[in-house]
Amino acid sequence: MEFTQLSLYDQAILLLAAIVLFTSFIMLAQPRIVPLIHAFAWQGVWLAVTTALVAYVTDHPHLYISAGMTLALKALLIPWMLHRLAVRLNIHRDIEAVRYPSMTLLAGASLVVFSYYVAIPIVQLSELVTRNAIAISIAVILLGMLLMITRKKAISQVIGFMSIENGLFFSAMVSTFGMPMVVELGVAFDVLVAAVLFGVFFFQMRESIDSLDVDRLNRLREVDE
Amino acid sequence: MINWLLALAQTLLFIAMAPFLLGWIKRVKCHMQNRAAPSLWQPYRDLGKLFRKHVVLAEQASWIFRATPYIVFGVTVLCAALVPLVAVDLPTAAIADVIVLVAFFSLARFFTALAGMDIGTAFGGMGSSRDMMIGALAEPVLLMAVFTMAMTASTTNISEATTYTLNSGLVLRPSFIFAMLGLMMVAVAETGRVPVDNPATHLELTMVHEAMILEYSGRHLALIEWAGQIKLMIYMVLVANVFFPWGIATELTANDLAVGFIAIAAKLVLLGVVLVMWETVMAKMRLFRVPQFLGFAFLLSLLGMLTHVVLETGG
Repeated sequence: MEFTQLSLYDQAILLLAAIVLFTSFIMLAQPRIVPLIHAFAWQGVWLAVTTALVAYVTDHPHLYISAGMTLALKALLIPWMLHRLAVRLNIHRDIEAVRYPSMTLLAGASLVVFSYYVAIPIVQLSELVTRNAIAISIAVILLGMLLMITRKKAISQVIGFMSIENGLFFSAMVSTFGMPMVVELGVAFDVLVAAVLFGVFFFQMRESIDSLDVDRLNRLREVDE
Repeated sequence: MINWLLALAQTLLFIAMAPFLLGWIKRVKCHMQNRAAPSLWQPYRDLGKLFRKHVVLAEQASWIFRATPYIVFGVTVLCAALVPLVAVDLPTAAIADVIVLVAFFSLARFFTALAGMDIGTAFGGMGSSRDMMIGALAEPVLLMAVFTMAMTASTTNISEATTYTLNSGLVLRPSFIFAMLGLMMVAVAETGRVPVDNPATHLELTMVHEAMILEYSGRHLALIEWAGQIKLMIYMVLVANVFFPWGIATELTANDLAVGFIAIAAKLVLLGVVLVMWETVMAKMRLFRVPQFLGFAFLLSLLGMLTHVVLETGG
């Protein structure tokens, strides 16, 4: 089907999907902690808007609940918690040196191409309006993983982890219009609990190695050599 | 015949309006920064003053130095002829496509860089090397943005692409948004505006374009400055007409042409305000951060192309 033949709402869904993907790239390119958290929050906002629009277009009212939950949890609560943590750990002004920033972005772009090829068979079988966004959702997951791989600070890795979760939610939404509500609620609270636990974990880490740099965990030894 | 005359008139209008656009940008910028603004006609006065002055040439200047202003100005005018301003389907647009446009720009850049090194001062060479670095990074972005547009409209001709966007009506294309953002970022870099370069300073640490043309005076400088203004306008018109072509004249009647003129004037005024807002909130960045800036622009246009393939053609 030609893109111009889709209705404006369907085009808007795909546009929003592209914006969600774009926020993933913003996160990948952002070396500062606080803007990174903000970019994550924006990804949550756009994800919620996309979900609400899909709910409206495809007439799946239960997706409104998912949208509301996404907005409350991933766009407001978790970013707020992470932000407060960053301020309390006094790392909110830190800049994290990302090695080869342009290479990272290009790797991200090739991940998008890869997920496109992965998604082709699914897209050909599917009849949904949102089927083209499946590749985007896989890309968001992979970009979250790339964020975790390229960063050393624990807090950035947590944001990468959360953004993987965003991608999973997104892929569930565009491929089957949402998981069963029980699963979705469970996952949402898992993520929330994880965010709380990560907070404790950050303080423990700083206590024991005086930094949030995960690489320094390698140097922990029982006995001095 | 009348088509050719119209195309000529459009090009002349382009050349004549370019200083005015710069005057407008300066005026809005002054207002944003709470300064008293110069008149809108000030760029014309500056050009006139420079044209009346004598040319001071260095003894070592070769023919390259003397020919460069004319080459740069001529090439930029040719580029201006290729871009539809108030009307599409004019014969000049059919001659060459957007890849030629990019090549023309790099020709002008090549000669400016040569001229910068020709005199043999330290500044000229420094400016040339910096400018070539920016150019080498900006050109792929420009081409990628253009290819995104070309893939969607299945043509590389600007005029035909404009007609295509005009005919398809309101379509929310993710690829166009990314390509437009990439094009805007690269336009900022190519025309030497903040944050990549600052046209208003002569500070040796930061200047790029100004360093290359430091030795020019009189009518040579006037031609180069004027070419720079036309180049800025070409980029703005490209953004305005390829991505928001509404209002542009498709038939060559007086009424349509008037509407087209008003539409493009309004779009340029708006784009000027956007540019000024962007320049006011951004600080000039270090030269070594420019590759990162342009890398991000490249990513944007690459994303434009990818979203075109992934989202708009699938199924």
